[in-house]
Amino acid sequence: MSDALVFHFDVDGENFTSAGQASTQVKKNLRQLGLSPAIIRRVSIAMYEGEINMVIHANGGTAEVMVTEDYIDIVLKDTGPGIPNVEQAMQEGFSTATDSIRSLGFGAGMGLPNMKRYTDSMNIDTVIGEGTTITMRVNLT
Amino acid sequence: MKVKDLLTHGFEAVTLPDGDRDIDGVYIGDLLSWVMGRAQMDNAWITIMNNVNVIAVATLADTSCVILAEGVALSDDLVKTATDKDVNILCSQEPIYETAVRLAGLLS
Repeated sequence: MSDALVFHFDVDGENFTSAGQASTQVKKNLRQLGLSPAIIRRVSIAMYEGEINMVIHANGGTAEVMVTEDYIDIVLKDTGPGIPNVEQAMQEGFSTATDSIRSLGFGAGMGLPNMKRYTDSMNIDTVIGEGTTITMRVNLT
Repeated sequence: MKVKDLLTHGFEAVTLPDGDRDIDGVYIGDLLSWVMGRAQMDNAWITIMNNVNVIAVATLADTSCVILAEGVALSDDLVKTATDKDVNILCSQEPIYETAVRLAGLLS
């Protein structure tokens, strides 16, 4: 892999049936590239959590995954309401999900913490009323 | 122990596209992000959740199988989805605790 490979996905909002399709496709793509199961698992989980967050909170968005020789970058962009208090949102167990979302098994307040846990770096750029961009990196070397 | 070996020990197959997969440890939970954060690759995952997102989590967290406890069933369309995605799903008629105890005995 001398050049970066880029995968782009649109994520539907409020569609829990199709949620996870982008992450599942990324998993397939990374497997085809011969990456280790442990790396694939970390990228897939981090991306799925981000995907679910976009479905729950932001009426969807876009996901871009860039694979280079040295790292994998995941960039999740939405035009949702933004995150008022990032520090609070990063705490395990903090959630603003509704009861109906919780009944589906989501809303444990582990989404953002899991994204941080499974990646080597994570940056949240959020503006109230405009949207959120989350950039995560998983190192391959 | 392989996933298919559970069938002779009181577990029923709902889907078994990859029965030769090895089980390494067990995780129990119904909150999906909690499971994503804590379950290990190749774990057998015991839950009572039976919506489509369980299949996505099992795929991405790379668990060896999902075990639906308490006799929880899976709808026909989800059986097809799980099969298409190579997700093993078993069913136990016993409550979660008894299901876990049974598994612990088999895996020890």
